[in-house]
Amino acid sequence: MADWTDAQRKTVASVWGQLDAEIGAHALARVLIVYPWTQRYFGSFGDLSTAAAILGNGKVAAHGKVVLQALEKGVKNVDAIKSTYTDLSRLHCLTLKVDPDNFRLLADCLTIVIATKLGAAFNPQVQATWQKFLSACVIALGSQYV
Amino acid sequence: MLSSYEKELLVTIWERMLPIAEDIGSDALLRMFTTFPKTKTYFAHLDISPRSAHLLSHGKKIVEALLEGAQNITTLTTTLAPLSRFHAYQLRIHPTNFKLLSHCILVTLAINMKDEFDPIAHAAMDKYLSAFAAVLAEKYR
Ligand code: HEM
Ligand code: HEM
Repeated sequence: MADWTDAQRKTVASVWGQLDAEIGAHALARVLIVYPWTQRYFGSFGDLSTAAAILGNGKVAAHGKVVLQALEKGVKNVDAIKSTYTDLSRLHCLTLKVDPDNFRLLADCLTIVIATKLGAAFNPQVQATWQKFLSACVIALGSQYV
Repeated sequence: MLSSYEKELLVTIWERMLPIAEDIGSDALLRMFTTFPKTKTYFAHLDISPRSAHLLSHGKKIVEALLEGAQNITTLTTTLAPLSRFHAYQLRIHPTNFKLLSHCILVTLAINMKDEFDPIAHAAMDKYLSAFAAVLAEKYR
């Protein structure tokens, strides 16, 4: 598991503190728009046929919030990210059958949405630390695939 | 596939970046070096510290190449042939690194354009950068 310096812990908490609840919806919408194959898992979400439909889809927005709430658990438990996501990894593997390569795509979309919101404050050092955190979550979410 | 709207959007964005090419390109490079330190191995012969002359001039070259590619998108393979030969035969960059730089270019654009870097622009740019990277890596084998 990743080691964290005090400065890195502060950075992760500070980035998180600046995000509003909509960020998860924006990130999920982008993953569906930029990487359309991810739509295969969301057949029950209704109309995903155009970018506008995805951006206006209430189920996408609601699920974006759920994803963000799950990430908050990682933010609060940076020293135990793997065990934090054991159950969620099993769910995505065994029940939802999501290809784990998609986790990184969602993480990348989230990073880009954050960059549009934070602007220059999201400097290279902050980005590097934030992505270290997200990549630990991505690895954890993939850890129970068998 | 890029729609004609997306092709125009790409040219518009890169034309906007041209006057600040040094800043944009060097910011993306610095992000790549900081977030993915292994990428620094390819630049060991250059001074790549923040705002160094090399970093700025190399950043500028990257933005110029991306604008040139966007303007010649239907002939990307021939337009980029010299750059492709250079990356494949001389530099021999492991192809995974193209994804890392592409991601950092997206982050730099997001920071610069804020809400204007919307999902439509993001999708168009992501497709373009992966097409560009595919051409750069095409001559590898
Ligand atoms: C950062 C990465 C991710 C996190 C933290 C995350 C988190 C979650 C959470 C908390 C749930 C709800 C679980 C429950 O109902 O108990 C969920 C459901 C789901 N996730 Fe993920 N997820 C992530 C990435 C992905 C990706 C990349 C995909 C597919 C491309 C995906 C597909 C799904 C699907 C299809 C559901 C069920 C949705 C429904 O029918 O309500 N997830 N995810
Ligand atoms: C979007 C992707 C890329 C673009 C547009 C791009 C563009 C360029 C350009 C225009 C040059 C200058 C060529 C010349 O002087 O004739 C160059 C050189 C170079 N590139 Fe790339 N490149 C890309 C990806 C990469 C990646 C991923 C790496 C390594 C991680 C890399 C490493 C280098 C190196 C080491 C040089 C030579 C630098 C020097 O000695 O001055 N490039 N690239």
